This record gives sequence, C-alpha cells and structure tokens, in this order.
Amino acid sequence: MSNGTGGLEDLQLEVRDLEVHYDGIRALHGVSFTVLKGEIVTLIGANGAGKTSILRAISGLTPYNGAVVFEGQDLKRVPAHRIVGLGVAHVPEGRGIFGNLTVLENLRLATWQRTDKGEIAADYDRVFTIFPRLSERQRQPGGTLSGGEQQMLAVGRALMSRGRLLLLDEPSMGLSPRLVQDIFRIIEDINRSGTTILLVEQNANMALRIASRAYVLETGGIILSGAGRELLGDPRVKEAYLGA
Amino acid sequence: MSEGIVYWLQQALNALQLGSIYALIALGYTMVYGILTMINFAHGDVFMIGAFFCFLAAVYLGLPFVPTLLLTMLGAALVGVMIERLAYKPLRHAPRVSAIITALGIGIFLENFTLALAPYPKNIPPLLENVTWDLGGVSLSSLQVIIIFLSLGLMFVLDYVVHRTPVGIAMRAISWDKTFVPLMGVPLDLIISVTFAIGAGLAGAAGTMYGLAYPVIDPYMGIMVGWKAFISAVVGGIGNIRGAMIGAFILGGVEIMVTAFFPSTYRDFVAFTLLLLLIVVRPYGILGQPRTQKV
Repeated sequence: MSNGTGGLEDLQLEVRDLEVHYDGIRALHGVSFTVLKGEIVTLIGANGAGKTSILRAISGLTPYNGAVVFEGQDLKRVPAHRIVGLGVAHVPEGRGIFGNLTVLENLRLATWQRTDKGEIAADYDRVFTIFPRLSERQRQPGGTLSGGEQQMLAVGRALMSRGRLLLLDEPSMGLSPRLVQDIFRIIEDINRSGTTILLVEQNANMALRIASRAYVLETGGIILSGAGRELLGDPRVKEAYLGA
Repeated sequence: MSEGIVYWLQQALNALQLGSIYALIALGYTMVYGILTMINFAHGDVFMIGAFFCFLAAVYLGLPFVPTLLLTMLGAALVGVMIERLAYKPLRHAPRVSAIITALGIGIFLENFTLALAPYPKNIPPLLENVTWDLGGVSLSSLQVIIIFLSLGLMFVLDYVVHRTPVGIAMRAISWDKTFVPLMGVPLDLIISVTFAIGAGLAGAAGTMYGLAYPVIDPYMGIMVGWKAFISAVVGGIGNIRGAMIGAFILGGVEIMVTAFFPSTYRDFVAFTLLLLLIVVRPYGILGQPRTQKV
C-alpha cells in the first residue's frame, strides 16, 4: 500500500480547484486532490455532496472550472470519448449498461479505441475469468441481468477499455451485502494487478477498509482527508458516515 | 393458372415493388428516431433530392445505372449529414419542438430550393433496358426485379451493419441511452453523422428507383411518399429497423389492394386511416416495445 508521499513521477491524477455548476447551482466549489499510481483513493460523503460530479468532470461528461491533469496531460480540452483512450476508465453511477446490447456487445463496445486484436482477446478471457457469470450470459441482453451481474458487466467493460485509472461510482449500490463483499474483493484484485482506483462510495465502511487514502466530501468541498484506516477511526467520520 | 391466382400474384408483385421503396425511406426515419428520438420531417425531401441527383447524373453526366445509383446515394448521404450538422446538431439540447419545427423548415427549404432550380417537372431517361416477362399470365418486368432485389439487398446489408459491426453496436447503444456512450470511447457525433448518412443514402437509392419506375419527377414528390414512409415506420414500430421494413410492405400491400378494389383516390385516405387506427390500438407499432422510463 502506498503511503501517499510518493514523488512527482508517481502522480497519476491531479484535480485542482474543481468547480462544477448545474443550471447555475454550484455542485462543487474548489475541490483539490491527488491520486498516486497504484493507489486506491476513495471519496466518501452523503448523497448530493458532489462525488459523482467529480468523476463526471474527470472523464469529460460535465464542463468545469479548474484543472484535471492525468499523467501530466491537461484533460480540459480533451473530448470525453478520447479520455478513455488516454487511460481513464469510468464505471458510472447506475452502471450505464446498454440493456438492448448483449453482454458480449457491451464488452466489445468498450474496445472501440483499441487496435491490438490479440490483447483484446486476452482481455475477454481475463474478464470472463474474474466474472464467470458474465461468461455464462455472453449472448444475453444486458437489460435482463440482475443488479449484481450488471455491476460485474460495468466493471468488465472498464477492464476491456484498459484504463490505467479506474473511476468507480457507487459500485455497491443496490447490491446484497454478500455481493458487496465480492465486488470489493474484486476491486482490490484489479488494483493489485496494477490499476489505480478512484472510488466514490456511500458505503464508507467498506470503502475506507480497502482505501490507501480517503477524502471526505461535504456540500461540494473536501472537509477531511487521510489514510483509509485512519479515517475509519476518526470520530467525525464515525458519527457522520459509519452510523456509530 | 386460374385468373384469380394470376390477379393476386400480380398485385402482390406490385405491392412488393411499392413496399420496397417505402421501406428504403422508412429506414431513415426509424434510424434517426432510434438514436435522437426525433422525427426528421425533411427526410421525404431528401428522397426527392435523391431523385434529382439521379436526374443530374443520368442526363448531365450521361452515366449508366450503377454509377448513377452510387453517385445519387453519396450525394443524398452528404445532404443528410449537412442537414444534421447545420440544422439539428445546434438544437440537440433545445426543446424537442424546436427540432421538429426546424425539420419541417428544412423540408420546405429543400422543396423550394429545388423548385428555384427546376421549375418544371423533369424526366429521368430509361437507364435500364426494361424487359417484361410473361410468367403464366403474371407480367414481371426486369425493372421490378431490380427494384425489389436491390432494395432487399440494401436492407440486408443495413441489417448486417446494425447487428454485427462496431458502428452498428454503437448506434444501438446510443438508441438505448447516449449519456454514457462517450465513456466507451465512442465519438457520439461521428455515429450520429453516420446514421444520417446511411438513412439519407438509402433515401437516395429509393429516389433513383422511384425515378426509374415513375420517371416524371418534381420538387414536391417527396411530400406524400415521405409521409407514407413515415407511416410505415410508425406501423412497424418507430425506432425498430426490422419493423420499418415490415410496416413498409404492409402499407404497400394495403395501398395496392385499395386501388385494386376501390377508386384509386381512396388510397391515401386508407393509408392515413391505418395510421390513426394503429395509434389508437397499438401506438408503439408492430415490433415496437412500449418503453418504460428507465430509473
């Protein structure tokens, strides 16, 4: 686990003074944070704190003020569909499965930017090894999958796009406690195989357990940050997010 | 063969020819609706533009059938893409009624632009030698055969593209929900342009074939044919590609049958009645699914 004090060459994502407005209402006011290579960083906070807006800004779905720098490149003027090709994979809130496409087509769509045929085949194998359930349902429309299977498909799709940074928006949403355990174990596995992870969660307990570092968001700004385990024991976090 | 059977076969053949042309145009309505949930009311006029491109290629360039067809499809595709880029794209986030009014305006523009350049009806020269065969009383012309098979061929290619290629997968993804399509690395604007190009290109092919079957063309020819193709798309289930083809052949069949038994002036009245009845009974069409709001 990284201790969060790596050098500049370890910096994978830098978000500076991020501001997002929706219809004139400010959803984020000046959020700054960093993610280092190989880390799991989590953003926790209540509903409406602005967590999703941060991820949407990073992957170019929402216009913003401020700077998002990924591996030294400013993403501000990069259109959303090119950001994926640069190495940022985003599992959106609500999973964003295309219900009319089969499991296989959903996965195939995520390889749009890639030209390395042999590697793509290997990545299908990898996804089906991690999620055997998806392998069984390859020809089934995404809309007929259960919530847990859709979450697997959403993560599988992100793997197919070969992101070096994986943005995960509420992967535990709507899943049974057992499936939540599974998904978090898989997130850790994906991280161990070399993918950096930025995780947005309402399930602060689970998120803080696996996170190298965490930021606590409240009404559009960061109010607290620290190592995951550290925040797990913080009385303010306990009271507000862990229900203790 | 008995006279009755001969008569019905002949009518079925005519229905197939008319249905093929409706189908090619209906596909453009349904594809654009599928990805943008917008009715491109200028589409019938793109079909008309196609017929005029055919006229230009055949008369002024003196081209034979195949190059004329290809040039017409290409020209119509370009017009379709230009309409989308210049007129619809700036309104993508505007209220839907703005896009509909714009589409109607584009249609009127295309009609009057053509009228300014071609104030009198034009004749498309016979590009193909038309041979008529007598099959036991049923008369079959080579033109009919070409129209039907070419249309079916184009539909087959389209069906393949939509269901088997990456572009087709992207189109269907957009038709489900375009919000997250860019996260897959797919350039939304490019896919939308490709969709308009394909739809307009097919309308161009329909314009060529229509011009060969009914050689007198004028700037208003796209209005009624466009409406018929639109009805076909709605009957089949707007947004559904196979539905549009089925709807077109149903409408073609109904129209031919009406003119077989009633005065031909009843034809359009019956076609529009069919649309109104369907809207009451099955508003989402034959193959369409009633879409519930996704959460």
